[in-house]
Amino acid sequence: MATPTAAPTERIEEQDGDVTYIRTEKDLPPVAIIDRSPITTRHKIIFGIIALLGAIAWAVIAFFRGETVNAVWFVIAAICTYVIGFRFYARLIELNIVRPRDDNATPAEVFENDTDYMPTDRRVLFGHHFAAIAGAGPLVGPVLAMQMGYLPGTIWIIIGAVFAGCVQDYLVLWISTRRRGRSLGQMVRDELGAAGGAAAIIGIITIMTILLAVLALVVVQALAQSPWGVFSIAMTIPIAIFMGIYLRFLRPGRVSEVSLIGVALLLLAVVSGGWVAETAWGESWFGLSAVTLGWCLIVYGFAASVLPVWLLLAPRDYLSTFMKVGTIALLAIGILIARPVMQAPAVSEFATSGTGPVFAGSLFPFLFITIACGALSGFHSLISSGTTPKMLEKESQMRLIGYGGMLTESFVGIMALITAAILNQHLYFTLNAPAASTGGTAATAAEYVNNLPLSGDPITAEQIEQAARDVGEQSIVSRTGGAPTLAIGMSEVLHRVFGGAGLKAFWYHFAIMFEALFILTTVDAGTRVARFMLSDGLSNLGGPLRKLRDPSWRVGVWVCSLAVVALWGSVLLMGITDPLGGINTLFPLFGIANQLLAAIALTLVSVIVVKKGYLKWLWIPGIPLLWDLTVTLTASWQKIFSGDPKVGYWTQHFQYRNALDSGKTSIGSAKNVDQMEAVIRNTFIQGTLSILFALMVIIVFATGLIMVMRVLRGGGTPLTEDEPVASKLFAPSGLIPTKVEREVQKQWDALPQSHARSVGTSAN
Amino acid sequence: MGRAAAIARQIGWYFSKLSWYSATLMGDNHYRRYVEHRRRTHPGEPVMSEREYWRMRHDAIESNPNARCC
Repeated sequence: MATPTAAPTERIEEQDGDVTYIRTEKDLPPVAIIDRSPITTRHKIIFGIIALLGAIAWAVIAFFRGETVNAVWFVIAAICTYVIGFRFYARLIELNIVRPRDDNATPAEVFENDTDYMPTDRRVLFGHHFAAIAGAGPLVGPVLAMQMGYLPGTIWIIIGAVFAGCVQDYLVLWISTRRRGRSLGQMVRDELGAAGGAAAIIGIITIMTILLAVLALVVVQALAQSPWGVFSIAMTIPIAIFMGIYLRFLRPGRVSEVSLIGVALLLLAVVSGGWVAETAWGESWFGLSAVTLGWCLIVYGFAASVLPVWLLLAPRDYLSTFMKVGTIALLAIGILIARPVMQAPAVSEFATSGTGPVFAGSLFPFLFITIACGALSGFHSLISSGTTPKMLEKESQMRLIGYGGMLTESFVGIMALITAAILNQHLYFTLNAPAASTGGTAATAAEYVNNLPLSGDPITAEQIEQAARDVGEQSIVSRTGGAPTLAIGMSEVLHRVFGGAGLKAFWYHFAIMFEALFILTTVDAGTRVARFMLSDGLSNLGGPLRKLRDPSWRVGVWVCSLAVVALWGSVLLMGITDPLGGINTLFPLFGIANQLLAAIALTLVSVIVVKKGYLKWLWIPGIPLLWDLTVTLTASWQKIFSGDPKVGYWTQHFQYRNALDSGKTSIGSAKNVDQMEAVIRNTFIQGTLSILFALMVIIVFATGLIMVMRVLRGGGTPLTEDEPVASKLFAPSGLIPTKVEREVQKQWDALPQSHARSVGTSAN
Repeated sequence: MGRAAAIARQIGWYFSKLSWYSATLMGDNHYRRYVEHRRRTHPGEPVMSEREYWRMRHDAIESNPNARCC
C-alpha cells in the first residue's frame, strides 16, 4: 500500500469489551471509537419487522392488480428498503472498502480556514449535501418515465439508489476526503493519467452544457404563455437582490432572518401573480413566448454569472435551500395525509412497444436514461468531491452523508413518481405529448390522447380546458418537460390537505415557482462552475492563455462566461424551436450525459479499489459500473445507429435531408422547408454530441481498465492519498449518537473551551 | 403545574434545536465560530468584523464556485 500509517506512538488504543477507544494525545479523551459489539436481539427483531413490512409493500405494488393501489404502499416500500440498505449494504461497504479511520483528521480539520474547509456537524452537513445534490432532475425524470407505468420506475428508483447511486456518492466522497477534497477531474488525472484526465474534463464540460440547456428548457416550457408563472419567477430577482443588499449593508450574517423575509416575499409574489395575470398589462408584459423567454434566460444566465456573488447568487442559494427542504417536507406530509391512489397502470403499452410520445425507445435502456438522477446521478460526484469533503468532521460520517444523502434524493424521486401516477392518464399525455402530436388545442389534444392505448374513460376538450382553468392557466396542452405535470400533481395532493379547491391554482404556481427557482439557481451556479473549468482547462494549454488562471482578470471572466452561455444557450434555443418537440429529443441526451458522468466516477472508484488491494470487493462499484455502461452505451448506440427515425438521430437526419433534396416541402412534423432545415441541423448537433459523449467515456473507461491491468501485474501509478494526520476532535458517526459516543462526548464537553470544535456543536 | 412546565421546557428544547440547526445550516453562527477559531489558533492577532468576514466568504465563492446539482 502506498500510504504508510502514521507513527504508532501517536495512537493509544484502549480495549473495553467489544469497544476500542483510540486517543491521539494521552491527556485528551478518545477521538475515535471502534464498536464491534454484535447486533442485539432487539435490533434483530426490529430489522426483521422492517424487512417483512417492506416485502409486503413490494408485493402489493408489484402484484396487486385491482382498481387502485394506494400511494402509501410506495412510501412504505421505499423507506423499508432504504433502512435495510443503509443498515446492511452500506455497512458492508464501510467495513470492507471505506474502512474509516476516525483517529485520522479529515481535510476539514487539517486545513480549517473558516471559508471552504470547515468541520461541520454531521446533521448540518447532511442538510448541506442534500440541498446541493437535490434539484430538478429527480423531480422531472420520474414524471417523464411514468409513460411506461409506475412499476418499472419505482423498482429502478429504489433498487438503483441502493446498489448504484448511493454507492457512487459514498465512494466518491471517500476518495475525495482522502485527497484533501480534490475535484473529480483532478482525481481522474492523478489516478488514471493525463489522457484519461483530459477526456474527463472535456466530457464534464460538454455534459454540463447539455445539463444547463435541458434544465433551462424545462423552465421555458413551464413558463411560456403563463403570465402568472413568469411574474412570480421574475420577482425572485428583485427579492434576491434585496436580500443581498440587506446582508451586505444592513445586517451582515443574519441569514435565517433574511431568508424568512425572502420566503414571505416569495409567497406574496406567487399570490400577486394571480392578480397580475388577470390584468391586461400583466398579460402583455408577462405572457411571453417560448423564444422570448429563452433569450431572457440566456441574458439572465450571463448577467448572474458576472455579477458579484453577494448580490444575486448567494441570496438565491439561501432562498432555494429554504424552499427545497420546506417544500419536499410539505409534499411528504401531503402524500401521507391525502393518501392518493394510482391512476397509471403498473406497466403500460409503451414499455414494450417503445412508441410512447413522451420519449421514444423501449424500456431498456431508455427508462434508466430518463430517470437518471433519482437512482444514479453522475452529477453528485461533482458535489461529493470538492464541496462536501471539505466540511466533513469524521470519516465514519461519510456513510450517513454520502449514502444517506442519496437515499433521501431517491425518496424525492419516489414522491415525484407518485404525483405523476395519481393524475388521470389522459390528462398526463395531454400535458406531456409534444405539440406536433397534440396539435396544441384542447379539441385536437382530446382527439389525440383518446386514440392512445390508455385505460379509463376518454377525456373531452371541456375537461382539458377546465383542468387548465383550475390551475389558472390558459392552456395545459403539450406543457412538456415534466415540471407542469409535477406541479399539477402537487396541487392535487396539497389542495386536499391545505386549503381546498380554491387554492389549487395557488399550489400549482407555488410548485412551478419552487422548481423554476432552483433550476435557475443551478443555471447561475452551473454557468460559474463551467466557466471555471473552461478557464482552468484553457490556462493549462499555456502561452498567453495562462493569464486565465487569474480569476480577477475581468476580461477573461467575461469571455469565458460568454462562451459557456453561448454553448448552453444555443442548445436551449435549438430545443425551443425544434419542430419535433424539444424535450423528447433532448431529454435522452441529458440522461445519457448524466449517466456517462456516473460511469467516469465509478471507473475512478473501481481503479482506486483495485490499487488499494481490495480486489475481492471490486464488485461493489464494478456491478453498477458495468450496468451503467451497458445502459448508456446501448442508448448511445441506438441514438447513433438505430434505423428507427424516432430513436436514431442520424437516421432522422438523413430522412429529412433526403426529403429536402428530393424537393419535398413537408415531412412528418415539419410543415415547411425552414422546419425541415431545423430538424436537419438539430439532429446533426444531437448526433454529434452523442458520439462525443460515448467516445470520452470509452476513453476514460479504457484508461481505467489499462491501469487496473498494470496494477494487477504489479505496476501502475501509486495512489495519491494524503499522509494521515492525527485527529484532535471527536464527533459521533450516525444520526443518533450511541451510548458509548455520548459518554465520550461528555468527556470532551467537560474540557475547557480551548479545544477544536465543529460548526454548531457548541449548542449541544 | 410541574407537568405544564415540563412540556413547555420540552417545546423550548425542540425550538432551540431547530433554530440552532437553521442557524448552522444557513450560516448565522459562522462568524461567531470564526472568532472562536481565530482566537484559538492566532491568539492576540486582529479579528475581522462581521461585515469583513462575510465579504471574505463571498469573495471565496467568487473565485471557487460551488456546484449545484440537477
